[in-house]
Formats: sequence, structure tokens, C-alpha cells
Amino acid sequence: MRIKKSIAISESGFMFNPITGESFTVNPIGFEIIQMINDGLESAQIIETICKKYQIDPQTFDKDLTDFTGMLDNHHLSQHHDQEEA
Amino acid sequence: MIRKKLNIAVTGLNAIDSPGPGVAVIRGLLEAKSFDTNIIGLAYESLEPGIYMHNLVSKTYQVPYPSAGVDNLLSRLEYIHHKEHLDVIIPNFDAELYSYIKIEDDLKAMGINVFLPTMTQLEERQKINLFDFGQKYGIRVPKSKAIFEISEIYDLQKEFEMPVVVKGKFYDAGVASNIDQVKSLYKKISNKWGLPIIIQEFISGTEFNITGLGDGKGNTIAAVPMRKQYITDKGKAWGGISIADQTMLDLTYHFVSSTKWRGGFELELMKDKNNEFNLLEINPRMPAWIYLAVGVGQNIPEALVQMALGDKVTPFTTYSIGKMFIRYAWDMIVDISEFQKISTTGEL
Amino acid sequence: MEKLRYERPIIRRLDSEMPNKFGMRTDYRPTTQIDGVPVKSLIDKFGSPLFVISEKVLRSQYRKARKAFTTRYPKVQFAWSYKTNYISAVCNVFHQEGSWAEVVSGFEFQKALGNGVKGSKIIFNGPDKSEEDLEMAIQHNALIHIDHLEELYTLTELAERHNTKPRVAIRVNMDTGVYPMWDRFGFNYENGQAWDALNKILHSGRLELVGLHCHIGTFMLSAQAYAVAAGKLAELAIGVQRKFNHTIKYIDMGGGFTSRNTLKGAYLPGTDTNPSFDDYAEAITTALLNADFSSEFLPTLVLETGRALVDDAGYILGTVISNKRSSKGKRITIVDIGVNLMFTSFWYDHKVTPAQEFTQYTEDTTLNGPLCMNIDVLRESVSLPLLNKGDNIVVHSVGAYNMTQWMQFITLRPAVVMIDNDGNPHIIREKENLNSVNGQERIPNHLDHFEL
Repeated sequence: MRIKKSIAISESGFMFNPITGESFTVNPIGFEIIQMINDGLESAQIIETICKKYQIDPQTFDKDLTDFTGMLDNHHLSQHHDQEEA
Repeated sequence: MIRKKLNIAVTGLNAIDSPGPGVAVIRGLLEAKSFDTNIIGLAYESLEPGIYMHNLVSKTYQVPYPSAGVDNLLSRLEYIHHKEHLDVIIPNFDAELYSYIKIEDDLKAMGINVFLPTMTQLEERQKINLFDFGQKYGIRVPKSKAIFEISEIYDLQKEFEMPVVVKGKFYDAGVASNIDQVKSLYKKISNKWGLPIIIQEFISGTEFNITGLGDGKGNTIAAVPMRKQYITDKGKAWGGISIADQTMLDLTYHFVSSTKWRGGFELELMKDKNNEFNLLEINPRMPAWIYLAVGVGQNIPEALVQMALGDKVTPFTTYSIGKMFIRYAWDMIVDISEFQKISTTGEL
Repeated sequence: MEKLRYERPIIRRLDSEMPNKFGMRTDYRPTTQIDGVPVKSLIDKFGSPLFVISEKVLRSQYRKARKAFTTRYPKVQFAWSYKTNYISAVCNVFHQEGSWAEVVSGFEFQKALGNGVKGSKIIFNGPDKSEEDLEMAIQHNALIHIDHLEELYTLTELAERHNTKPRVAIRVNMDTGVYPMWDRFGFNYENGQAWDALNKILHSGRLELVGLHCHIGTFMLSAQAYAVAAGKLAELAIGVQRKFNHTIKYIDMGGGFTSRNTLKGAYLPGTDTNPSFDDYAEAITTALLNADFSSEFLPTLVLETGRALVDDAGYILGTVISNKRSSKGKRITIVDIGVNLMFTSFWYDHKVTPAQEFTQYTEDTTLNGPLCMNIDVLRESVSLPLLNKGDNIVVHSVGAYNMTQWMQFITLRPAVVMIDNDGNPHIIREKENLNSVNGQERIPNHLDHFEL
């Protein structure tokens, strides 16, 4: 998956969806993850990077990552490779 | 003479369809003749319009809701005071007055002045106490009764004639013309605001309001009566006119002298078919239409600040009659970066 | 390189609703220690969940209350309300401070005797006192507070049988202008029941009438109601003095004072709005001092306040089991503290704080306990920092009623620890074991064996 191209995200973690007009905030680790997603990293790579940097085990983080990407989907901020930008 | 410059923090920047008084109060302060003002906005929500009115408000800070407790409010105000050196705070919401009265001494110790009703005055005028208030001070108020159980509704017919007004403890109200409607309003309002529910005699007539300022010693510093000309579906005045009703003024003088009211207030009155004024509600702060008072020659926000600072204020005795206020909606154009800033940093 | 503390990633949609006057609470600072003892070390040593009681807070609350009353009134006696928390160590802190015992059952009476309280300093309240209970109370010269006429008759009969004159008071209920009116206990003031009962006692001559008692309600947000109650009891006492030339020795105002908790549905937090000991003391003592007592006959003021003394001294520590999301996308955090341990979560919005540092990011969370039941909700909606599995939380002001009303359900009840004035933790009630439950059970012979 990746974040829709149209979504603007600032250093402070503020996200704006110009299509729907909705605004969001993410915490710093959320911002890091979004950047990794944008850089094309796969889940496994993200898990490895985060677990190296933070005090967290891969199982727990895997669950939190799934929850987070699920929320991105839920808010229509992400798209999967096979989807056209909506 | 160089006029002093005061840093004044103001809440109630929600100039929406059921508006807070903040923006109107600020306009009064900016027109003050006795001092210059730098306005600091205090906001609860990031979309309060006043936050974005940079010609009126120089800087806005988000503050915690009263429900977060006075300790949190105080520590936030300490931070703001450190940056802005506040001289006066004017809280404009009913719901926050309890907290501000509670921290009045702490603010004073920090060098911040307020001019608020006492805790007793605030409590006495609560809807649930209003009937007793009227009895105590000899002011005509509609008969009302607090009920705690739905079964009590059936006994109401002995004491009240339909229709009646069904009110929540703090907010919300509706008119019911039969027992079934009382029951449904009881359920609806008690679900939201809890018990008791207040049943009040319904008085039909014409609505009048009066705003004023008491000095806490029984003297009326300002008083401007107004008749609502246009009322929105939320019951808010969208237009009104200053009038010269001596009965209303006398009632206000009596209210201020007998309660020794301190601070701004608004009395909501209903003139019934016998031409008698009934006091429906006492708002313990300036109303959203306070700028009408400024416009007719009684700058109540300015006088309130002077009283807060302990300056001597000569009571206003006259005002222009037949001046109208007509409220209008105004769309500002705001860049999302401003919204982003207040949302993420709590400051703008 | 040391790894950084982890925080869950979150995304939050910014409110697009119009501004309003109400909102959630976001007042969080971590509670990493209690009286200097780290929460983590308490959990490591004694397990999770864990009740913790601060001896320091118990004593300081008692002293605050005592000071509020004794500076305003010459004769004051506190009696510890056993039902609020009858763990012996807790009771004994109050007894050391000078409190008598206030009990409402034969069991509590025996507990107080067991703690070393002399029978003459036990107040025996409540509607259910059996004949055996009353005999025990008479034998120990306790102060028996009569709740209803049946009890009055039984007591008169027992007095005759044992040829003694038990010391009694009557409980009076009355309209103090608050809702709900507690009119099911004792004798009503307004309709004359109370006066009738007093007349019966004094005419019979079998019982020694020493006091008048009332208990007007619970978690009373209005101190003024106590002034009304004290005034009415004073009137009865003066009536007794006039008609029978008999002096009432004490007026017992019961309890019902609030702690710092916030009742569900309240807008402002209890810490801001609930009356203080000074508020209650001012109302009660003013009413008594203004009554027509001559100074030689001024009755002792007895107070049975429980919650206000013990609630804020009690904490329950717990651990996050899991974070979930509801079908509607709302955050659910499951902790190991169930409502079976925290009865009071049904009527308070308890303050909950994490036991470790966190950032300013919060999520609107439903806090659930571990019971396999839908009602197991500690907080329906609370804005909490991001908690990880294994993180600890501290629930505040749980010292009253939870350790007496708790239920053993699907698992065993946790230990209770008291931290003494020097910061040393002591177990004051062991964690239950299988035998705590099985030990009480008996298996009929024919159910002893089975094959599967």
C-alpha cells in the first residue's frame, strides 16, 4: 500500500485530504511509518526498522501496525498497488 | 496623558448561530476611551471564529475544558500569563464561571484581575434555585418545581396549568402542552443533563432583556434594556432595540441593590398579558448582544475592566433610545495552515 | 544505542463539528509512585491487580476532619464506619487516631471486638440486628441505635429478661431538602414517629436513652442539608429535656460526606465541587451551637464519616492486557481490574492515570475489565494516553466500599497493601488462594468420584 499522492502531510504530523476536505493528525511514530510507507517499504521492513529503534517486540508492533494501516484505510488515506487513485 | 495598555484575555470566541459574547465584548474593549487593549483569545475548540479575527484578537490559546478541573486551568493560565502578562481575564461562558470564581484568589496572586459574581450569587440564580431567589428578593418569577421522578409528573396537574416549560438543570428546554409531552421531554432532557428536571409555569408574552453591571456593593453601574425584534429558532436575539422602560430599569436597580450583584449580567424577562415583568433567567455574565450597550453609550466591557482593576467608575445614567442591533453572519477566508497551527499547537 | 520508548502509532481526525461548550477530559500526569514507592515495584512484588492504601493519607484525612470539627465545637467523637472498609489494619489506624467503631451487623461487631475496641465504644447501627446480636451488644454495654419499633420491643424485652438497662439511641430520618430522602431507616421526624419512639422509651424506663442519630444520605453534595438535620435532632433533644428532664448525651450525625470522586453525569470534577470537611463542619456545628442547649447540656457530636476518610487513601493498580478496536472503530483497552473489584465504577467516573511517562497524544478509550461480561466497564469514555500491553495504570480514590463489597468471581481477589508513614509496604490482606474458595465447600459422598 501507499499513501494517496494527493494527501499533504507536514512535519508536525498534520495531514490534509484535499479531495474530502478532512484533516488529521498523527503522532511522531505514525509520521515515521507514513514516511516509510511512502518510501515503498514493505511491512516486514517497517517492523524491522521500528523494532530496532524502539523498545517493542515484533508481534506487538505487527498488531499495532495493522491497526494503524487499517485506520489509514478507514479514513481513505491509503491505496493499494492495484487500485487507481480515487 | 499616555493611556495605559492592558493585556486582556477573553473567552467565548464562538461567534456562531448561538453565539458566545466574546467577540462583542472585544469590540467594546477596543473602543474603550480610558485604556488601550491587546486582546488575547482563550478558546476551547479550534473552529471558534474569533480565533481567526486577527484585527480583534492578537493571539489565541486553547484552554482546557472546565471539566478538566481547576488545577489544569490554572497551570495553563500560568503558562499564558508568563507569555502575555495578562492584566484582566473576562470569562464569558456560564459553564466556566464556577472554575474562575474558585481560582479568583490564585489569579489575583499572579497579578491577574477578574470581576465576577460571588459563588453565592452564582448558585442562587441557578435555574433550580430561581423560584426561591424570587421569593427572597421579592422579584416575580414563574412558579417552578424540580422533579426527580417520572411519577411526579402526574401530580403536576394539581399545581400547574398546561402548557408548562420543561427545563434541564443547566441547559435545554421545551414547552409541553400535555402530560405525555412533559414525559417525553423529561426523558429526553434528563438523559442528556441528568436530574432534576425543572417544571416551570409557561408565561406567554413579549420577551425583553436587560444587561447591566453591578459594583458588588449594591450600585448599578450600567443598565440597558432591549426588546428582542427578531428571534432565531434557537431563541437567540438576531435583532433588538434599546428602549426606555422605567419599570425594567427599576427592576434591575432592585435586583442589583438587593443581591449586591458583582459583575456583568443579563436578565431575561417576559412581559405577560397583565403587563407585569416575569424574570425567566439571570445570566451571570454579559450577553452576546452586549455591543448594543456599547453602541448606545454604555461601554460595559470597559467599565467591567476598570472595576476589575479597582478603578473608580462613575455610573452611566443615560443611553440612546431607539438604537437597534442587527446581527449578521460573515464568512472569513482562512488558510488551512492557520487551522493546522491552532489544532496541533493549541496557539495561533 | 539504547532503544527509545515505544508509543503506538495513532491517527486522529480533527473535529469538524462546530465548537461547543463541552468536552472530554485530558488532564493526565503519570502516577509513577505512591508515597514514594514505585508502582512498578509494588506490582512486581505483590502482583497485579493490587489494592494499595496510604496510611499517610488515612491519618491526614482523619486529622483534617477532626480539626475541622474540634475547632468549631467543644465535644467531638468520631466512630469508624466498618462497612466502608473493615480490613483490620485500616480500622486500627483510625482506632489509634481515637475513633470508636460504628458497626451494622453482628459480624462487624465481632470484628471490632477482635480489633480490641471496648464494647462501650462500639455504636451498633442497622436494621438487621438479631436477638443474639442484641444480647451481645447489651453484654458489652454497646451503644445500640434503634432502627424500628420491632427492635425497640425486642430490646425492651431483653432488658427485662437480663435485668439491665441497655444504652440506646434512635435513628431519625427526615426531610432535609435533598433528593432522594432516606426515609426507610429509623423513625420519621416530620410525621411524629421519632417523637413517639422517644416517648415510648422514656415512659418504659427500661432503656437508657443516651443519643439521637441520623444519616441523611450518601455522597451529599450539599453541606446545608446537614444543618437542617442537626437542627431537627437538636429540637428533639431539647423536647426530651423539657418534657422528661432527661439529657441527651450525644447527637450522631452519621456520615455521607463526599470524597474527591466525580459522580457519573457531573460536568465539573468532584475535586472542584465537592464540599470540604470545613463546609460540613461549619453547617453542622453552627446549627448545634445555635440551638437552645444550655452550655452544660451541650451534647457530644458523633460523626461516622467513612468514605471521606478512606476513599482518597485507596488506589488500585492494574496492567494493560490488550488494546482492541470496536466494530465502530473506537479504541478499547482491556485491563486486569474488573468491576467485581471496583463496584464504585458504577457510580463514579474514577480518575485513571498511567503509571509511566507518555506523550501528549491521547485516544478516546473505553476501559474494560477482564471479566467475561458485558457490564465490565471501568470507564465508558475516557481520553487516555497511548497505553501498551503490559503498561500499568492507577485508579484513584477507591478506598471506600470496594474492599467490602468486592465479589470473588472467576478468579481470586488480589492482595491489599498498606504503605506506612515511612514508605514501607505491608500486606494487610493476602491475595486469596484456591483454598479461600474451596475450603468453604463440601462435596457430598456420591459426588466425590467421576470418570470421563
